[in-house]
Amino acid sequence: MLRQASRLLSRSVTAAASSKSATTTRAFSTELPSTIDSTFVESWKKVAPNMDPPQTPSSFMKSRPSTASSIPTKLTVNFVLPYASELSEKEVDMVIIPATTGQMGVLPGHVPTIAELKPGIMSVHEGTDIKKYFVSSGFAFLHANSVADIIAVEAVPLENIDASQVQKGLAEFTQKLASATTDLEKAEAQIGVEVHSAMNAALSG
Amino acid sequence: MASSAAVPFWRAAGMTYITYSNICANLVRKCLKEPFKAESINREKVHFSLSKWADGKPQKPVLRSDAPEV
Repeated sequence: MLRQASRLLSRSVTAAASSKSATTTRAFSTELPSTIDSTFVESWKKVAPNMDPPQTPSSFMKSRPSTASSIPTKLTVNFVLPYASELSEKEVDMVIIPATTGQMGVLPGHVPTIAELKPGIMSVHEGTDIKKYFVSSGFAFLHANSVADIIAVEAVPLENIDASQVQKGLAEFTQKLASATTDLEKAEAQIGVEVHSAMNAALSG
Repeated sequence: MASSAAVPFWRAAGMTYITYSNICANLVRKCLKEPFKAESINREKVHFSLSKWADGKPQKPVLRSDAPEV
């Protein structure tokens, strides 16, 4: 019975492929050549010569930026918060981001990655300058053309964090974790413990 | 197909990523020094009134306001 499975599977796949071949190998819309229909434009000009012909969504889309053949020397960083743009197109040497998989060093030419960030320190290295921020959570999008888009909900310089409040919060949430009953309470207490211990580590490390 | 990598503890407890992220951000804001703390809390204040509609008429509105009562 299973000997026929591969034949049946391949038969259905090829049937589908031939009937809608356009969908199996579809290019990204940003990589298609611009297809301005010249006959439409001509007939438009005949009917309404004083108006520009209407544009289509694809004419507004920028094509995907090409990947340079040699690795660029600098990393372009865009670091944004919901209420402010902290760094905009800043050229730096390296950025270390607190990804959920650990501290990730990003150099120019980094493999394209989408990383979820955990509460931790993000440091931006430019020559001998190192600027550190404590990030509450967010995402980092590393593109093939050495552009890094880092978005965080809240990011503060380490000097703005009050160590005594961090200790108080850590003690409070550790106690809440021990006394939590429902799953949700446990999760909230756990988040509190994680965030405060990350802040603690950031201030002392 | 088996489920992929273990879900984070907060999702297992029924929390969404946005809730988790907002909790983290609020905790960080609470641990700031003055005046940064006051600024950030002021920045995050919301004021909205939400009413569901039924039979073409708005029902009782839900008002959420962090603005001080004037």
